[in-house]
Amino acid sequence: MDKKIGVYICGGCGIAESIDAAKLAALARKECKAQAATVHPFLCGGEGLETIRKDLAAGAVNTLVVAACSPRVKTEAFDFGARTVVERVNLREHVAWSHAPNDEDTRVLAEDYLRMGVARARKSEAPVPASDQISRDVLVVGGGAAGLTAALETAEAGYGVVLVEKQATLGGFAATLKQRFPTQPPYAEPLADGVRELADRALYHPRIRVLTSAGVESVQGQPGMFDATIRTEAGTTNVRAGAIVEATGWKPYDATRLTRLGYGASPDVVTNVELEKMAAEGRLARPSDGKPAEDVVFIQCAGSRDPEHLSYCSSVCCMATLKQAGYVRRQNPNARVYVVYRDIRTPGQCEAFYRKVQEDPLNFFVKGEVEAVGANGDGKLSVTLKNTLLGESVALMADLVVLATGMSPNSADGEAIRALEDAQTRAVKGQTEAQRAEASRKADELKRHAGTQILNLAYRQGPDLPALANGFPDSHFVCFPYETRRTGIYAAGAVRSPMDIAHAEEDARGAALKAIQSIELASRGRAVHPRAGDESFPAFFLQRCTQCKRCTEECPFGALDEDEKGTPRPNIYRCRRCGICMGACPERIISFANYSVDMIATMVKAIEVPEEDEEKPRVVAFICENDAYPALDIAGFHRLQYDPGVRVIPLRCLGSLNIVWIADALSRGIDGVMLIGCKYGDDYQCHFVKGSELANRRMENVKETLQRLQLEPERIQVTQLAINEYGKLPELLNGFMELVREIGPNPYKGF
Amino acid sequence: MSARAILVVGGGISGITAAVEAAEAGRQVVLIEKSPFLGGRVTRTHLYFPKLCPPACGLEINYKRIRNNPAITVLTQAELESLAGTPGSYQATVKIAPRFVTSACTACGACAEACPAERPDDFNYGLKKTKAAYIPAANAFPPLYAIDRPACPNGCRACVDACRYGAIDLDQPVERRTFDVAAVIAATGWAPYDAAKIDNLGFGRHPNVVTNVIMERMAARDGPTGGRILRPSDGRPPRSVVFVQCAGSRDDNHLPYCSAVCCAASLKQATYVRTECPEADVSIFYIDIRAGGRLEDFYARVAADDCIKLIKGKVAKVEAAEDGDLLVTAEDALQGRKRSHRASLVVLATGIVPQSGGLPAGFVRDEFQFLPGAGGRAGLYSAGCVRRPEEVMASVQDATGAALEAIQDVVRGAVHG
Repeated sequence: MDKKIGVYICGGCGIAESIDAAKLAALARKECKAQAATVHPFLCGGEGLETIRKDLAAGAVNTLVVAACSPRVKTEAFDFGARTVVERVNLREHVAWSHAPNDEDTRVLAEDYLRMGVARARKSEAPVPASDQISRDVLVVGGGAAGLTAALETAEAGYGVVLVEKQATLGGFAATLKQRFPTQPPYAEPLADGVRELADRALYHPRIRVLTSAGVESVQGQPGMFDATIRTEAGTTNVRAGAIVEATGWKPYDATRLTRLGYGASPDVVTNVELEKMAAEGRLARPSDGKPAEDVVFIQCAGSRDPEHLSYCSSVCCMATLKQAGYVRRQNPNARVYVVYRDIRTPGQCEAFYRKVQEDPLNFFVKGEVEAVGANGDGKLSVTLKNTLLGESVALMADLVVLATGMSPNSADGEAIRALEDAQTRAVKGQTEAQRAEASRKADELKRHAGTQILNLAYRQGPDLPALANGFPDSHFVCFPYETRRTGIYAAGAVRSPMDIAHAEEDARGAALKAIQSIELASRGRAVHPRAGDESFPAFFLQRCTQCKRCTEECPFGALDEDEKGTPRPNIYRCRRCGICMGACPERIISFANYSVDMIATMVKAIEVPEEDEEKPRVVAFICENDAYPALDIAGFHRLQYDPGVRVIPLRCLGSLNIVWIADALSRGIDGVMLIGCKYGDDYQCHFVKGSELANRRMENVKETLQRLQLEPERIQVTQLAINEYGKLPELLNGFMELVREIGPNPYKGF
Repeated sequence: MSARAILVVGGGISGITAAVEAAEAGRQVVLIEKSPFLGGRVTRTHLYFPKLCPPACGLEINYKRIRNNPAITVLTQAELESLAGTPGSYQATVKIAPRFVTSACTACGACAEACPAERPDDFNYGLKKTKAAYIPAANAFPPLYAIDRPACPNGCRACVDACRYGAIDLDQPVERRTFDVAAVIAATGWAPYDAAKIDNLGFGRHPNVVTNVIMERMAARDGPTGGRILRPSDGRPPRSVVFVQCAGSRDDNHLPYCSAVCCAASLKQATYVRTECPEADVSIFYIDIRAGGRLEDFYARVAADDCIKLIKGKVAKVEAAEDGDLLVTAEDALQGRKRSHRASLVVLATGIVPQSGGLPAGFVRDEFQFLPGAGGRAGLYSAGCVRRPEEVMASVQDATGAALEAIQDVVRGAVHG
């Protein structure tokens, strides 16, 4: 289809007071060769929109450039259907509101933005969504409280489920409990575990297929079309699923490492899990001699909140101990319970249970740290405490010591497993002795990950979800707790964060929703969060691929596999549409219908670069559209003013920045290039995990190139900016312009 | 028959999440919010713990999800007036109070510039004033001004005259709309406990006793002090700041439950003080530090700062000292004695009060007025802090789960209805 560009310039909100809109329209017609160019004083109003609709209906234009406010506002007004390309040129927030009115530099800025907008609109096509046969079944791995809940809730919403459990029976850890602690009103008495009922419902649910004594041998494919091979006692079975929930639960922290707390030295030192078992079997007594336990000491945080063991808090042990104190007291009305704690953590309504337990005069709460647990000679154990509230050491005599051990996830770190395999390969095939030695060292460091696979994903980037700190495949985002790095695969329950049964069930419900949602979005050819609904996807012109593997290595979501030669094999339903692969590709063979290397390069080339003697330096700022771009809008809203020499180009993610754009800019005489992306590092804020970090890394390489070209590396500046740091933008932009002026004009001007 | 919609009551982070998650799973959603803007408490929060990242970042994505999704109808200044029908097939009547500004508004700001009247800025807990024509923040959603009519002078039409887009309608009537919905998710959130009720802690008597929610606004860059932490009495930076934990929470005279988020919130706010006023020292008086799960690492990081002292002990009283300073008397449980601590600013870690009033019959409240989510009428769910006191991440989790429960009702309705 031939592009017929219509340019619609709004004069409202101070734009007409700032620039000569009619002149801009003339430029659109003459220089940008727009088929139509209209100025309206209030474009988003009924009459303004009608002008656009009429031109579209008459066939006078088919591609729109709306030069008005930010694309973050009036989205609905300027939406003319999915098939009509609309390019928004931000004359309001980024020009009129942030620069001197009726100023020569402001005029030139507006002209450049219009040229850039038209240039982009000419190259941009409305994406055609992918369309494939999408499975509406969910594979749930793990049949404990979380897995059963995920399965049932998914099935109740009308989707099919295959539930895989490694044990012979369903129920997981919850099924071994005598009782569970209260999380429902009146929060005062422990409850039945509830999980047996879930298991029965799952077993007889018409949309749930239960496979016990089963494991996942392999998972091929992508969301909407995962092909899993499940190993059961009867052989292997193949399952097609649209999404996966990993609910593999937890294991108690290994108490044999807690010798300091007496575990192993005396049979009368047990873990809370062992105590639960004793209580469930109705034989709560001293293991050494079977006598009733008169004095029972619970040691909280046994292995948790301890940098030598688990640095995190296991969340549930306080409530578990309160519950178990009840077992002890009910069994033996004369028994005394001592709870040695650092902080009692019973958040929310759980406090009511804590109060209830405190009402019992034979429950004693002792704040302190355990120094030692040893035999006292009379068959009793002695627990010595320091840093107590009394300020002195205290020794408690105990018949039974219960270690409130914490939760370790039953997880596998896919990236670590992959790194281990890579290191093992390099340890053998490395080119030099030093490389092989280094690889062996690395392999040794990672050896604990060997054989931990759960999902066995056939992904280039590793066979399981990547884990965060402490091995939890959790989300890094406060506001998006289901943001997993493997599209269509969601962790739920204690595998992703320490949590109790009630929370695990809720979490499983959320994960089930996300699984269903990824199926629904895939069936419409749309991306999931954070570009939910995006119908574009990357296309690869593989004839020109040099097998450099940068795209397959850098994709944060493991969307790309490789063939034996290293050619990428895209899996578009795994893709989040960030464009990081596009930024990584040195051959520039990856593009989206509405986002490509060529498109942005054309925008860069549309910028008019003044002659050197005009002394008007130009800077291009590539900025993240999720945070830096809104921050610049907010700066405009507050009418913060900054240097009009900066031309901003928003990117889907700074990681989609292709270094050829830098070369294009500098070779055209642009004096400096800014990159503004999200924070990276441990507390990264990049919505695509690694985008801004990757862009920064690419710049390190670019700077070397600059030096070879005898261009100052300072001409490129990379900055991290959070959305609420809009106030810093004027100083940042002005400061860089100042620096560029000091460095002097780009010698490539005029070439 | 066509599938029914899901009604989400409350446009804070929980309600927004429930709405977008359900809509992205292909369902129709009506999201109603009683104030003129979405975002609830989180928009007024400077940074989230433990990452110390700005809530505006996630809200930006969520607002974009709403903008791009025609399946979500957002109604502000809207309340659920009545709910008729039966589970799976409810008729919800929503009362929409006039905004006096139509969707023609471009947020250019001319109305506020022309407006002669002021009103206390509730977004900033009254720390400053806005014009009667106002928008609370640059990233407010929807990006439309609102007019606080009771604050307008009689007969004033300055904003109408100033608006070039005909976006102001001072005669806008109350509107009522009825929706067929399969399920209702109550995500009505929380309010901070009224600190003035805690007589011994001096809030309302001493200007330099503030609450944790006020502290968020003082730290926010778009807040009344531009992000500077200053004493209300004299606008000077504090030299020493005391945080009083469980100010009202875990207390039979006030809130018997634990508000769950205040410990981590105070640890976070201690970092605000340390960043903004590097000279100041911080003391946190607590009963237990409740930083569960992964928050432990954050707690350890904050506790490692030598200028932040954590003292186990409940604060007995806060009294005035010279120069606007305060004398905080607490029982130091570890030292086993009472101690007095002079502070130039006291921050009360006030707790969470569920906003479960005004909902139709069928929602079941616990003894603390939370909606724990069990035992109620079918098709009625709760999410976020109205369900239990909890942090943002947990609120988002159960909002996502609530979306699925509501979808099940839609699906059942489509099959049986």
